[in-house]
Amino acid sequence: MAILVIADHDGVALKPATLNAVTAASQIGGSVDLLLGGQAESGLIAQARAITNVSNVLHAKDTAFNNCLAEALAPLVVDLGSDYTHLVFPATSEGKSLAPRVAALLDSAQLSEITAVIDANTFERPIYAGNIIARVESLDKVKVLTVRSTAFEAAPTEGGTANLVELDKASQAVNTAILSEDAVKSDRPELTTAKVIVSGGRALGSSEKYQEVMPPLADKLGAALGASRAAVDSGFAPNDFQVGQTGKIVAPDLYVAIGISGAIQHLAGMKDSKVIVAINKDPDAPIFGVADYGIVGDLFKIVPEMVSQLG
Amino acid sequence: MKVLVAVKRVIDHNVKVRVKADGSGVEMSGVKMSLNPFDEIGVEEAVRLKEKGIASEVIAVTCGDLGCQDVLRTALALGADRAVLLETNEVLQPLAVAKLLKALVQKEQPDLVILGKQAIDDDCNQTGQMLAALLQWGQATFASEITVDDTHFTVSREIDGGLQTVRVNRPAVITTDLRLNEPRYASLPSIMKAKKKPLEILPAVSLVSDLAPRIKVLAMREPEARKAGVRVASVPELIDRLKNEAKVI
Repeated sequence: MAILVIADHDGVALKPATLNAVTAASQIGGSVDLLLGGQAESGLIAQARAITNVSNVLHAKDTAFNNCLAEALAPLVVDLGSDYTHLVFPATSEGKSLAPRVAALLDSAQLSEITAVIDANTFERPIYAGNIIARVESLDKVKVLTVRSTAFEAAPTEGGTANLVELDKASQAVNTAILSEDAVKSDRPELTTAKVIVSGGRALGSSEKYQEVMPPLADKLGAALGASRAAVDSGFAPNDFQVGQTGKIVAPDLYVAIGISGAIQHLAGMKDSKVIVAINKDPDAPIFGVADYGIVGDLFKIVPEMVSQLG
Repeated sequence: MKVLVAVKRVIDHNVKVRVKADGSGVEMSGVKMSLNPFDEIGVEEAVRLKEKGIASEVIAVTCGDLGCQDVLRTALALGADRAVLLETNEVLQPLAVAKLLKALVQKEQPDLVILGKQAIDDDCNQTGQMLAALLQWGQATFASEITVDDTHFTVSREIDGGLQTVRVNRPAVITTDLRLNEPRYASLPSIMKAKKKPLEILPAVSLVSDLAPRIKVLAMREPEARKAGVRVASVPELIDRLKNEAKVI
């Protein structure tokens, strides 16, 4: 078996989810190669070659492949794909945009966001936002997979001695051009990769109260800010804060749910967090059913007290 | 500009889904079904393009059995002009749906196909990208804003940790993310009117002969339930436990 992992990177460094995808690939068995599409600084190439368990780093330097542009990269991956049994992508925005294009061009089905490798053909993946785990078998010759990064450890980027293979491949003409990219200007960690998330619900009552109560605690904990759908729908927090089935799926080390009752669709988005804290005045709120630590009381008193005690 | 919106009928997002006792699938009997929320955003966007005078016609399409007509009526009530059901009793996976949609695109010749970024049942997030690949069209996934000119779509995309703006040649496939719009509620008069709008039923096999699933579902299970933890009496106790017991702060 030979497995190709398609790296997500920005030309300077690998996106961390690439390393989780390498771990999933290693669990399938066989040799693992890594594809870097587009311009890559020497530090990125060195980082890629140092990953434990990677045999070859394939680099296609045509700038048309920059930013992991799905439309450009898909034909390249398809071209390389005949040498591999598995094509593995991190389930990042770009991985998710690219993998299905590759699968369709290969006439293969795709397994999205696998969370466990059972054997070379059989995998587990969450459906219904993680409320159900499906064990699925791919019947295709070349298997196309995306990997949910929270389910696999990151492969270490030290000790590896992969060969570097420069590919002389140019992109075909594409219909898509990237005009600009605006990283969210925030000192806080990104919601889907944060170690700690402080998330607010409808009980906050207003956008002003959200802004008053939540950021000080997030500052103390170095946390990302999240919100329930109810809070977002009520306009207390922006849409991209939403955690849940129709928002972001998160699995931080610590999730602090503040004034969140725990609707099914919210629980679906955060119940894989390692430790969950619930703060709610309703002792019967469903959130307490999944919380490791619950505290019943007025969030407007409890949260400021936490802030002051965290020093 | 003609716009095709692909929609899917899924278990309503408020239903607690359950695995059948034998683990063969999800309990579907007597369960409320709805239009997939991301597809609802897709319909809304297409209807707004029509209201702005940019789109000339909005066609809603779904693939599945006759029961799927209800979500097409919902799309019509939200403002789509007509609907197409590509009818089959086969269990459809994204690749088969993409092939069916490709065949319909070749028949209808739309300038834009809008799909939800994913369905909330199988969470695949594949069909739009597969369709774009099969058509050799450009794609813009996870759209949070769409502007249209004579030759291009300019789309703001929600990517990990920010926004990216892309320009895609027409025709193209766009998949919707949550921030794109807030779908309207269908009014009673529009629901009544939707009953009279055209809904065409075509046998799916007349467009694509091989719709068989390529991924075999071996078993389904519910994940290990999280156990409820402890109630703490005070903030100092909470902080102490987070520091010394859970070791997360």
